[in-house]
Amino acid sequence: MFDKPRALVSRAGTALGRCQVAGLHAVAVWVTGALVVSALLLLPVGAGLWLLPPTARRLRALSDRSRTRAAKWTGLHVSGPEPPHGDVPARDARARARAVLADEGFWRDLAWAWVEPLVGGLLVAVPLALVEYGAFGVLVQPFIWRLLGDGNWYAFVPVHDSSTVFAALALGLALMAAGLLMAPAVLRLHARTGRPLLSASRGARLARRVEHLADTRARAVDTLSAELRRIERDLHDGAQARLVALGMTVDRATRLLETDPGAARELLLDVRTTSEQALADLRALVHGIHPPILTDRGLGDAIRSLALDSFLDAHVEARLPGRFAAPVESAAYFAVSEALANAAKHSAAREVRIVLTHAGGLLRATVTDDGRGGADPSRGTGLLGVRRRLDTFDGTLTLHSPHGGPTTLTMEIPCALSSPKTSSC
Amino acid sequence: MRIVLAEDLFLLRDGLVRTLQEYGNEVVAVDNGPSLLRALLDASDAAPDLAVVDVRLPPTYTDEGLRAALEARRQRPALPVLVLSQYVETLYAKELLAGGEGAVGYLLKDRVTRTEQFVDAVLRVAAGGTVMDPQVVSRLLSRSDARGTIGTLTPREREILALMAEGRSNTAVAACLHLSDSAVAKHIASIFTKLAISPSADANRRVLAVLAYLGH
Repeated sequence: MFDKPRALVSRAGTALGRCQVAGLHAVAVWVTGALVVSALLLLPVGAGLWLLPPTARRLRALSDRSRTRAAKWTGLHVSGPEPPHGDVPARDARARARAVLADEGFWRDLAWAWVEPLVGGLLVAVPLALVEYGAFGVLVQPFIWRLLGDGNWYAFVPVHDSSTVFAALALGLALMAAGLLMAPAVLRLHARTGRPLLSASRGARLARRVEHLADTRARAVDTLSAELRRIERDLHDGAQARLVALGMTVDRATRLLETDPGAARELLLDVRTTSEQALADLRALVHGIHPPILTDRGLGDAIRSLALDSFLDAHVEARLPGRFAAPVESAAYFAVSEALANAAKHSAAREVRIVLTHAGGLLRATVTDDGRGGADPSRGTGLLGVRRRLDTFDGTLTLHSPHGGPTTLTMEIPCALSSPKTSSC
Repeated sequence: MRIVLAEDLFLLRDGLVRTLQEYGNEVVAVDNGPSLLRALLDASDAAPDLAVVDVRLPPTYTDEGLRAALEARRQRPALPVLVLSQYVETLYAKELLAGGEGAVGYLLKDRVTRTEQFVDAVLRVAAGGTVMDPQVVSRLLSRSDARGTIGTLTPREREILALMAEGRSNTAVAACLHLSDSAVAKHIASIFTKLAISPSADANRRVLAVLAYLGH
């Protein structure tokens, strides 16, 4: 029962501290912005050439920190401009200054350096001022009102006897409470007002998006054609070759039927074995392309089946309201399959927990094992393949594996339901 | 015996009908899920003695056949069902065994190429027995191996355990491994002691207990 108010106060206190940090930060931004403007003004006389790149870099460092803080403090993600190009020769001051001037992000930073101290700085100063002025009323007024005499006012309260001191005390407490309570909201508002200038321009964001799409599309096409080549090769070396052998054996058996029925019988038994092997080949191939149970039952049951065949104790919790598009289901299936295989191979785990959920347009799969942890995502090609596959859907893969475990692999794919659930099975 | 057969591919349906008729059965062949369910549950007809069902059937071309078979068994418990599939899934095996009744079989379609074994499986299921595809059993065994739950068995006992899990009788196991009936019985007693499964006189109960142990 007491936890809630205490948590509220501690959250408000943290937010107030952060307002203070943001306020000091705004001052630093203002100073740095002024330095950048000085550097710009000094460009015609040459000194600006030397001053501009370091001050611009300093300003970018400040705006970067603002973006990180916005994400950390308020959960507001701001995708910043591209980092400045590093391929400019360090000695050529003119070229470096020109690169700074050509960088769109620099001008946005500069605009932000004007707005942030005025808007952001003033905004975060409000709760601070309320708390500080409140503290003055509570802690200082009771001791000094006697010395100040008749002309002493605290806000709108004329403080000149003990009853008005109490009024000032109450008002001070109220002001402090108001400042504390509004601090988290102010912090959020601050992050939001900074966002338009802190984020990359629309053009830059679209350019980045286009680049990402072109990249993932190229990789998807590559993966697909590699897959098709593999299927072609598998069919050629597997089922196709076995069927040819089968035809030849049947032919020989037919010729021997009259003269040597015993040998013909042996050959026909061979034919049966070969046909079984051809079927086994095809089955393995089909499973590698798209596991049939995924078509039959969807992601939840396909993962359950995977868990049943796993060498680990695998528990599946699937809270999926329906089916997804086949490529999404397939990507998620193979991702979980890879995670399970990794857990069985490297982690020395005994138990694995797989949770599948779909909320807010995001399909999420987490695979947690009780192994020894310390998994390195850069090692091994399996996870890389999974990440590439998820990339095509703007999906993400995060690995959390501290030494000593547990290892948690989280995969997220933004996607809509393709059909709601129609039966309970 | 009256057998309802559900298979949508003409070539395969035709072959299966011929095979089953050759062994003196009356066969009703259907090619989709809804007709299968109707053939199995229609009250005006006499209850079929067995259903041989392909997992994937029209109209949805998903696990329509399996669902129909499970539904039919819900309404007519212990209706013998032999499920055939192009691939086997441990999950489906588990669903078929879930009732704990037996009278179920789950085989890869490939197995129909060995007619005698296939017809033997048909008869065993119709008689209330359990038949499990060797591929399901080998998956269960390798999983149990990896978890160390059958580590104390000798290689011979492992072989016998696998054949038992496929649903074979003592005599069939003995014939398969060229052993005497009494040797097989001795091995089986040893297996049950090692795995701490209480032995049951009923052959089908024993198969189900073994499958439950491996599938745990």
